[in-house]
Amino acid sequence: MSESIVSILIMLGGGFAAVAGLGLLRLPDVLIRMHASTKAGTLGVGLIVLGVSVHFASSLVLTKAILIIVFLFLTAPVGAHLIARAAYRRGIKLWERTLMDDGAMKHSFSEASNSENSIAEKPASEKISGSDLDQTSDK
Amino acid sequence: MINLEFAVNIALGLTIFGLTTGCIRMFKGPTPADRIVALDLVTVLLVAVSSLLALQLDNSAYLDLGLALALVGFLATVGFARYLEKNTQMPLDDADLARKQDDGKSDNATRERL
Repeated sequence: MSESIVSILIMLGGGFAAVAGLGLLRLPDVLIRMHASTKAGTLGVGLIVLGVSVHFASSLVLTKAILIIVFLFLTAPVGAHLIARAAYRRGIKLWERTLMDDGAMKHSFSEASNSENSIAEKPASEKISGSDLDQTSDK
Repeated sequence: MINLEFAVNIALGLTIFGLTTGCIRMFKGPTPADRIVALDLVTVLLVAVSSLLALQLDNSAYLDLGLALALVGFLATVGFARYLEKNTQMPLDDADLARKQDDGKSDNATRERL
């Protein structure tokens, strides 16, 4: 029973590892390749280490396996974030079909700035009218 | 019931396929960021290979090798990523490298002229 569980876990993990490598080779862009390598690779290794711990079935091996899995799941997002930040800040060329969705942000910002301008115009007009009042009072 | 030896061989083959594609991307990668991503994947897959070796050779000491490899691989990834981010002189691909070399040549030429 445990042998078949170990076999299924290991083969599933190997499949995820192969998919991660294939995605790293075939996808068009650094940031898109990172999707394949980080997530699928980490999941594949986690499944394989889990299968190994099921096979040995001792507390020492289970401790080591949990250490490896927790460490990988903690460090893979940190490393991927660091690589992506470095690539983005250095201005690495993206895929030509990548869409940068700045339009929605710009639209909401322009609406906000328009409403701010309409609010800011009121004190200015009041100031002008106030200076007019001052001038009339001087006269 | 699946034979365990067969499953370990299949998993080792699939993992080594992933390692091979990662190495191809590391040699081919047009930008340094591609090579860093490939290095990250290769270290993670080497942890998988050492775990599978623990299963095949029936020796749980190979899991320690995997743990140490995961630690060192994370440090390597962080170090290379920070190096890529801080070193603004590093060329980003082949066209960038050629442009920088041309700039260096023209700088040398103007310096000689002066």
